Amino acid sequence: MGKIKSLEELMKIKENTLKDLKMRDTDKRGKIVVAMGTCGIAAGAKETLKAIVDVLNEKGIEDIAVVQSGCFGLCDVEPTIEVRIGENEPIIYGHVTPNQAKRIIEQHVLEGKVVSDLVVKRGEL
Amino acid sequence: MPAVENTIVICAGGACISAGEISVKESLESTLKEYALDEVVQVVETGCMGACDLGPIMVIYPEGIFYQKLNSENVKKIVEEHLLKGRVVKEFLYTGPAGEVKEKPQEELPFFKKQVKIATRNLGVVDPLSIEEYIARDGYFALTKVIKELSPDKVIEELKKSGLRGRGGAGFPTGLKWEFAKKAESNVKYVICNADEGDPGAFMDRAILEGDPHTVVEAMTIAAYTIGATKGFIYVRAEYPLAIERFSHALETAREYGFLGNNILGTDFSFDIEVRIGAGAFVCGEETALINSIEGKRGIPRVKPPYPAQKGLWNKPTLINNVETYANIPPIILHGGDWFSQFGVEGSRGTKVFALAGKVNNTGLVEVPMGITLRELIYEIGGGVPGGKKLKAVQTGGPSGGCIPEKHIDTPITYDTLKELGTIIGSGGMIVMDEDDCMVDVAKFFLEFTVEESCGQCTPCRDGTKRMLEILERITDGEGTEEDLEKLKELGEHIMKTSLCGLGQTAPQPVLSTMRYFWDEYEAHVKEKRCPAKKCKELTRIVIDKEKCVGCTACARVCPVDAISGSVRNPHEIDSEICTRCGSCLEVCRFGAISKVSP
Repeated sequence: MGKIKSLEELMKIKENTLKDLKMRDTDKRGKIVVAMGTCGIAAGAKETLKAIVDVLNEKGIEDIAVVQSGCFGLCDVEPTIEVRIGENEPIIYGHVTPNQAKRIIEQHVLEGKVVSDLVVKRGEL
Repeated sequence: MPAVENTIVICAGGACISAGEISVKESLESTLKEYALDEVVQVVETGCMGACDLGPIMVIYPEGIFYQKLNSENVKKIVEEHLLKGRVVKEFLYTGPAGEVKEKPQEELPFFKKQVKIATRNLGVVDPLSIEEYIARDGYFALTKVIKELSPDKVIEELKKSGLRGRGGAGFPTGLKWEFAKKAESNVKYVICNADEGDPGAFMDRAILEGDPHTVVEAMTIAAYTIGATKGFIYVRAEYPLAIERFSHALETAREYGFLGNNILGTDFSFDIEVRIGAGAFVCGEETALINSIEGKRGIPRVKPPYPAQKGLWNKPTLINNVETYANIPPIILHGGDWFSQFGVEGSRGTKVFALAGKVNNTGLVEVPMGITLRELIYEIGGGVPGGKKLKAVQTGGPSGGCIPEKHIDTPITYDTLKELGTIIGSGGMIVMDEDDCMVDVAKFFLEFTVEESCGQCTPCRDGTKRMLEILERITDGEGTEEDLEKLKELGEHIMKTSLCGLGQTAPQPVLSTMRYFWDEYEAHVKEKRCPAKKCKELTRIVIDKEKCVGCTACARVCPVDAISGSVRNPHEIDSEICTRCGSCLEVCRFGAISKVSP
């Protein structure tokens, strides 16, 4: 990436990234965002992240991206993950242990059913 | 394996476990096996669902039926009735405060209502390691706007219009601070970010640096352009390794993109930032001590004036702001000062991030408009006090602040109202205390902290706080006198007037403020040698009621110091000399035979 010199160049990056973020025109069907602040990590987010990657690999799911973010504030329910499938409203889950992560992938990612007992928030943060 | 038809989520939070969750789960699993349901019903343990007083609890999905106060017997019945016959067992359903039956627990936490996210707008949203994601959320647009369109004076004008005040504790108007630094004449100027967050209970700066480091990079660069600086420092404590790692990564990518370094955005403006790691001394959060520390000197405060805006780092004009203050800058530039000032109230504009901790259900970080009441913050966003306990007070501003008693919880939170109540917003730590907390003990806790952290440079703070702590220790040990109370007050007032820096000038606050609102508790400790909250060890005993004790030995088995004696089926006794008042026995006694007493 070269250095940015104008507003137009900045705008271009914004638009391209937004497409990715909103799951438009990408080869991915969805993404899972794992909150990796210190609070999340202390609550086991690294294990959750590993479990997510393992389960996706095990099941041969290749169209789901896994990314990280910071703490959105509700440290009490860490580890938290956000699941975003296509242009559906994103769902934030709390208390996501490795086992729960597996459940979420099986139910939500594969079958499109929200795992309601773990929902912390529906919709954009 | 057949498809799972039902999922039972059983709460394995600490409170439910001590209420017997493990035996409930065992009974549940064996009953499921008995009826060959174990293949189609999945049992999942979850963390605390927040209804600890009703525990052990479980929820059966897909219906979302919430059962409470379970034991190994009624859980069997629930399996037989609910899972086998499809009939809800009404008598064990979750009931609301008015006794109404609730079949579903809340799906979404009310935590997010009333929050307005400006400083924390990107937390949990962007990947902190991706500069593109930050740009996609309008990142670096404010910097581009400033450099391409706005004059430094215009930036300062917008900041003044916004009404933003420093979020690190002192609350100095940010626009004015920037103006002083800009007007100072010098060929070299510096910009510093104070990330030496040290108040016990406050962690918003860490969360911002970890979750959205670019916002601080962008804001510091805007500051440098505005005041005419070419070099910046961020002073982060070593206890924040992840924040340091992510911020350093942000610096690298910002340089690659041309937002830092030479010829920023193709102009002749150059600026770069260096990370300085602090060793974790609380006093280094004081701006002049922090500046000394960056210079490689011992971290002790300087005499003010001159202020850093005139003579700061290496005696050059220096602009120093806190992390959260910086995080507000890019949105103010993009949307204008008037936009920001629509939030909050007169004198306290915008939003503030609070770290909710202590006896509150939803602990974490919340960003709310200034002027919100403590009631809204604790009950609506924080979800109230756990275990149905009564709210007693809230400590704001950490060791530099004071407490707000329950009777004032409808006061809007602003810089001025909190000052009237004898406390400060400070950096935004909020520790919620309930009826089990002793206010003298709380004051002692904070004073212990300041005594540890006093740099020792000036006498009032170094010796005065130590003497205050000794008096407090006497009081909580039951050896205090009425004269001690007077002395404590007088000493506190002197320390506040005569200390050199903010640490000493505010250190007595927790003591004076608890004395102001909970004088009766201090008096009870001194006159009656009694701790009303039954917290102070020397004034409290744990006793077993011989009438109620059946001699089950449960208490004796959990006592970590073997203070409980007695034989099976005979009443037990606690030796107060050995007992540490840990309360483990209280939790296991099923006959209500054990209680805490303070004479």
